[in-house]
Amino acid sequence: MAERIYIFKRFERFWHWSQAALIIFLMLTGFEIHGSYSNFGFEKAVDFHTIAAWSLVTLWVFAIFWHLTTGEWKQYIPTTEKVVAMTRYYLSGIFENAPHPFRQTQLRKHNPLQRLAYLGVLLFISPLLWVTGWLYLFYGSWPVWGLDGLSLQWVATGHALGAYLMLLFLIAHLYLTTAGHTPTSHIRAMLTGWEEVD
Amino acid sequence: MGYPIIALLAALALGASVPAVSQVPSEAPKPVKLNTTADHTKFKELQRVFASGPEVTKVCLTCHTEAAGQIHRTKHWKWEFLNPGSNQKLGKKNVLNNFCISIPSNYPFCTSCHVGYGWKDANFDFSSEESVDCLVCHDTTGNYKKPPGLAGNPPVKDMELPPGSGKIVKGIDLSRIAQKVGKTSRDTCGACHFFGGGGDGVKHGDMDSSLAAPTKELDVHMDAEGLDFTCGTCHKASSHDVAGSRYTPTAKDTKGAHLRGSTENRNPATCVNCHGKAPHEKAKQSERLNLHANKVACQTCHIPEIARGGVATKTSWDWSTAGKKGPDGKPMLVKDAKGRVIYDSKKGDFTLGENVKPEYAWFNGEVTYTLLGDKVDKSEGVTRINKLGGSAEDGKSMIWPLKVFRGSQPYDPDNKTLVTPHTAGNDDTAYWKNFGWEKAIESGMKVSGAPFSGKVDFIKTEMSWPITHMVAPKEKALGCTECHSKDGRLAGISGVYLPGRDGIPLMDTLGWSAALLTLLGVFGHGALRIFVARRK
Repeated sequence: MAERIYIFKRFERFWHWSQAALIIFLMLTGFEIHGSYSNFGFEKAVDFHTIAAWSLVTLWVFAIFWHLTTGEWKQYIPTTEKVVAMTRYYLSGIFENAPHPFRQTQLRKHNPLQRLAYLGVLLFISPLLWVTGWLYLFYGSWPVWGLDGLSLQWVATGHALGAYLMLLFLIAHLYLTTAGHTPTSHIRAMLTGWEEVD
Repeated sequence: MGYPIIALLAALALGASVPAVSQVPSEAPKPVKLNTTADHTKFKELQRVFASGPEVTKVCLTCHTEAAGQIHRTKHWKWEFLNPGSNQKLGKKNVLNNFCISIPSNYPFCTSCHVGYGWKDANFDFSSEESVDCLVCHDTTGNYKKPPGLAGNPPVKDMELPPGSGKIVKGIDLSRIAQKVGKTSRDTCGACHFFGGGGDGVKHGDMDSSLAAPTKELDVHMDAEGLDFTCGTCHKASSHDVAGSRYTPTAKDTKGAHLRGSTENRNPATCVNCHGKAPHEKAKQSERLNLHANKVACQTCHIPEIARGGVATKTSWDWSTAGKKGPDGKPMLVKDAKGRVIYDSKKGDFTLGENVKPEYAWFNGEVTYTLLGDKVDKSEGVTRINKLGGSAEDGKSMIWPLKVFRGSQPYDPDNKTLVTPHTAGNDDTAYWKNFGWEKAIESGMKVSGAPFSGKVDFIKTEMSWPITHMVAPKEKALGCTECHSKDGRLAGISGVYLPGRDGIPLMDTLGWSAALLTLLGVFGHGALRIFVARRK
């Protein structure tokens, strides 16, 4: 019988799911603004995108506070330990019903690949999106901020690049939720907080 | 019972000075004429028969002593304008266009729109005060007229026009018109400006007779039942010099609203003059819209289409097909299903349109003309008779809506110049009577004082007319996707990144490919897991 441990606390789950919803919504509206498809109509898409962006900013203010005060930020400190083992597991072990090389605990919620991936999102994709997004939003203030030399094209391109990277992350992330103890155990953990472990 | 009490209460409420409704004062105050202090019907000097326009002007000048002198300084009088930027000598007298082409050998016809009397040839006396036509701008009766062919003179008695045509033009009563003069109106300005290019709405597209009494939908400012602006409300004249110019337009008004008492000498006919530089105060997204106003002319969004009042505007004119005769050997007209002339033996083929979407370009207010002596090159494809300056980078340009008028017109292939044909007239060389280009151009070029090789060919030409009238109510302003889309109205505008239109196609291809590959990867991985699990 599998053991159950409490991994994701209430705020963490709220943060995760509202962030997920906002990011997906930002993608839907953002790619419409980018001209990739149409759904809401450009004007509404711009409106919604802006509202969702500020909502995410607000959420992040709380999330950062929570991470700092609880010390949970340490969950993202990268490690090389078991990275090779994890990679090998995803490439072959998982098909052979091999044991998962990583055992979750409350102090180490994320496997080493997860740590690296989330850290990449935190340190590269998100800052890229935030910085370009803010510049995009405050395009009218560039002259006041002394940023006349900036080109909207490059800001927009950087923003779109961030969006594509986030999309890749999202696809991989969604799939890897099925790679837990059972195909649904990770998802259930994110919903209830309780993860089944071997 | 109730009514008198209410009336009494109302009277008390309004104060004691209000006279009782039932009591008509024995000496009723005169009806007030709100826009003038002088009733010209009372002037003895005007109570007489006038045999000509100048006779009326002489009388006007006895009181309005400086008026003719003021007119003499204006473009309306001189039809000449020296562009201080380019040093080009412009004005109607000098420029060519791709409508009726040019004026010099056709004075008696073209000068029916001159604010003067008797400009029938190059010898017109521009210093004559009595030749100033006061009535054409100050008529309020709507009966004043200056038919083509009379060199700007009104018909004072019934006359056959053109001579020999059997068509009678009724004489008009100048005395009555002179007694009824008043301020300028949409009708007086429109008598010429609505009909530029030889007919209603032909030239401009944003000015035609539908603006005489427009609905709000057609023109939010001139709305006859609303704000009821006249042309002069924006084109505020000072000493008879009417503000606004097609030769030196204000493409970007950076100075904001024009306050009373301001001594700045600036064009008062811009949108910004009244609305300021941040005009979207109460609108949703007002900040974003005001940001647009840094680069996009107000007209671009607020004039969604031109020729919206039911009058079609000409969109092209091909002179090269002129001269074909009907089956009876006579000049003919061909009309389209709506009864609009699309072929005229005198003029060639036309296309027309209503509710025409403008074209768009960066415009900084600099206009350069191809003038009579300038070399033109047929191998260049299209000769631009007026070139609008502007770019995204010069800091002076805005994205403007334009009516681009395309045509084909005669030119001299040996001298490589445009030509000034003699079209209108009752003589041996006028094209509209004789249908011979060589003779018409030879006599026209003689009047213009320009050389002509005797050879005639046709060259494609283009003119751009910045659009500024027919401002629609704000609800009808363009929506975002008119421009923020792949094939939107600004598809041809470069130098600016338009979200929704622009991007780096390579990045998009790579981005979506990577997403697709990741998707295939995880599906493959997942399928393999399921497959392996089942086998066990």
